Amino acid sequence: MTLSESVNSNPISSKSKINWGKMEEAEDFAATVKLYRQGKFDEDSFRRYRLQHGAYGTRMTNDYAMVRIKLPAGEVYPYQLEKISQLSEQFSIGSAHFSTRENIQLHWVVLEDVSEILRGLADVGLTSREACGNSVRNVMCSPLSGVCPDEEFDSTPYALATARFFLRNPLSQSLPRKFKFNFTCCEKHGMVRMVDVGLISQTRDLDGSTQKGFKIFLGGGLGNKSFVGHQLEEFTPEEDLLYTSIAVIRIFDRLGDRKNMARNRMRYLVNDMGWEKFRNLVLKERAIVRATQSVVTRLDVDHAPNLIKRPIQISDESGGSIPEGYARWIKTSTLKQKQSEYHSVFITLEAGDITSNQLISLASIIQEFSSEGNARTGFIQNIAIRYVHEEDLPRLYSKLLGVGLAKSGSLTMAAPVGCSGTTSCNLALTNSHRLAKEIQRKFLELKLDQDDDLSDSSIKISGCPNACAQHGIATIGFFGGGGRVGKEMYPNYQMSLGGRSDGETTLGSTCHRIPAKRVIPVILKIIELFKENKKSNDTLKDWLHRIINGKEDTAIKSMHDMKIALDFLTIPPTKEEDPDFYNDYGSDSSYHTKTGKGECAA
Amino acid sequence: MSQEKNVKITMDIDSLRSELRDNSVRVIDVRREEDYKKSHIPNAVNLPLANLLSDDSPERVVKLVNTIGIDDETPVVVYDDTFGALASRVAWTLEYLGHSKVSLLETTFSKWKSLGLEHDDKIPQIQSKEHTIQLNSEILSTTDYLETSKNKPNVLLIDNRERLNYLEQHIPGAINLPYRTLATQDKILRPKEDMKRLLDNRGITGEFEIITYCGSVGTLSGLAYYALKSIGLSNIKLYVRSFKEWKGLEKPTVKQEDAHYWDLSAE
Repeated sequence: MTLSESVNSNPISSKSKINWGKMEEAEDFAATVKLYRQGKFDEDSFRRYRLQHGAYGTRMTNDYAMVRIKLPAGEVYPYQLEKISQLSEQFSIGSAHFSTRENIQLHWVVLEDVSEILRGLADVGLTSREACGNSVRNVMCSPLSGVCPDEEFDSTPYALATARFFLRNPLSQSLPRKFKFNFTCCEKHGMVRMVDVGLISQTRDLDGSTQKGFKIFLGGGLGNKSFVGHQLEEFTPEEDLLYTSIAVIRIFDRLGDRKNMARNRMRYLVNDMGWEKFRNLVLKERAIVRATQSVVTRLDVDHAPNLIKRPIQISDESGGSIPEGYARWIKTSTLKQKQSEYHSVFITLEAGDITSNQLISLASIIQEFSSEGNARTGFIQNIAIRYVHEEDLPRLYSKLLGVGLAKSGSLTMAAPVGCSGTTSCNLALTNSHRLAKEIQRKFLELKLDQDDDLSDSSIKISGCPNACAQHGIATIGFFGGGGRVGKEMYPNYQMSLGGRSDGETTLGSTCHRIPAKRVIPVILKIIELFKENKKSNDTLKDWLHRIINGKEDTAIKSMHDMKIALDFLTIPPTKEEDPDFYNDYGSDSSYHTKTGKGECAA
Repeated sequence: MSQEKNVKITMDIDSLRSELRDNSVRVIDVRREEDYKKSHIPNAVNLPLANLLSDDSPERVVKLVNTIGIDDETPVVVYDDTFGALASRVAWTLEYLGHSKVSLLETTFSKWKSLGLEHDDKIPQIQSKEHTIQLNSEILSTTDYLETSKNKPNVLLIDNRERLNYLEQHIPGAINLPYRTLATQDKILRPKEDMKRLLDNRGITGEFEIITYCGSVGTLSGLAYYALKSIGLSNIKLYVRSFKEWKGLEKPTVKQEDAHYWDLSAE
């Protein structure tokens, strides 16, 4: 050992209990890429292999891939973020991207370098295995599970155990299509009806003792055609959790459509068959699973409580003044936990993007402030630092401010979601990614994050009719397409209103097509109309909910009225009047649609 | 060539400290004069990169080299505080002049200091020496050379700038190996086995003549030049005037079309 090595061994304060990684897979990937380049692997088999290992294709090129790093239940540790920072600097674009499904993505990676990333991930116990392709994708869990004041019990250990059970399991290697689990804490904070299997923790009294279990929803999902999931039964006891999951996957594997790529998610199977029939099949299959595998097959749920230990304060800065914006940030970016004195702090990132330097800072901030020693990624391209002691909040705010991570409005409408769009995706028609950033900047400039009437609303923008940004459940949702005036094209968005993902899950109702450069004015106009017509204590979300359900009695009673009120913003100017109208965000040349092959179904 | 093989590409900290004790090496600090004056590795001489680049004709370089006490036989170690890129450019210039005993310090001056190793602000008295000029033109690529050889099947052109810059614009046929890829957290170059695996994966092997380039003056690509040498590759040239000259001469460039990759950056 040289001198420099001995001095530099950093102590790791908090370490993940689960190692998701496997070094052999990195070596195998490198060897397989070589064979593929030598023509010894056909396109289709290679693509399947690549996707199974978490490397997705990139817009208009075969030379680059996107590596999707899974964070089961959203858990991530400081040393893991440091590694991701290094990898993004070495092999990607110096930034990383937080997705809507608790993955971190590295884009524009040279295909031949993917194995080096897999190697780095394995070094810190992470994996990208089964992050793409027809497998069980990252198992999500609400970032508030364990701290939510409304939850019955913490779902996190069950989400982790489910992820462990299905990762590399032969059952989930070649399903008809991708398959998603979402666990959550309560109705308000989850997305359980918009996913293949959604689960909310529940308890019931059984002979005087409390029994743990779940409310399970099946067959939901967002996409070109979206469906709301159905509740399987009143209560599913925890012992039945795994049997139910296996039963559902077996049925999907057996009966799912493997031919028609556009219709092979499980929600189509449920819809075609009818819920009652599907439900009976699941219950029957579960009985078989239970009877045949009762002892051997068990979820390995780790019930050991997490160690909560407030980090020692390095310096006492209590005399220092609190930077400007603190109250606004506390109000719009933090939540009180059920554990008294502790708060969860949410960090919104512009459309999920973070620089490698910010990742390094974030890692040390988590170490310094989180009493649980890790962080949790969320559902809206964000990350939460939990178990922050209330006395530490001002100091934490200063630290975050110093590295550009203290945006207010993390938990409000001012934190829009935008998929990667034309920045990297083969399917995208518009630059939804940049549009989300523009909207956030405008909202913060107008201080709309502080408006209580807007705080429970959301904006989500997808760059094509597929729903990676989950636009269907947004209060105001958009998906991209092309508009046309004579021979000239312009970027355009289909807008939907009134979507939600809580206990009253609703898919947004289709409204106008809005030109990209009119999206911000339209959103502001909708807010203006709401303000003119709102009742006291009304929120934008409630107001739109009444309109789409025919229960509003003021000037805007229906989607038809809304369209008329917005008409004037949808009329294209001529190219001479406004040439910028014909360019997409981030582009100074004329807009045209161009797409490559999607790989979701490969 | 055989003599070169005995010279290490990078010198580790422990070896440098013992060579310093024996006073058997000339150490060059390539940082700015003001930084050098504050503190430097004991007995190091200052040769700021900017000074060298203001006129890097062999006639002038040899004068600079003479005044810092280097002749053909003096072992030299170069360091910087810029992940080895500036030091590499100076080391390469010495090699081009015909000097064959030059190594890079394996780490940066900041790292050296953070380890608690000795440094001071004393300016050493240097006895001038006489270096010869025997230009090693095999390691230089001019624009003309690049243009005539880059399409040959046995020539590999490597762009060492960051990924987004490469996507935006690069010399046709170049592959991208960002300079960050070459280092580890502590060292300016990856360990040999690690480097070899990385480069093998990218098809960067001894069967090619390799030309490296970067943005303007051959620093990042200078580091890459040494990275390639560190795994035993020998047929390497630095396109020292790099992309700046290529663009200035209005030579063709290519770009990754139809994607708004800049908007994915959080910068």
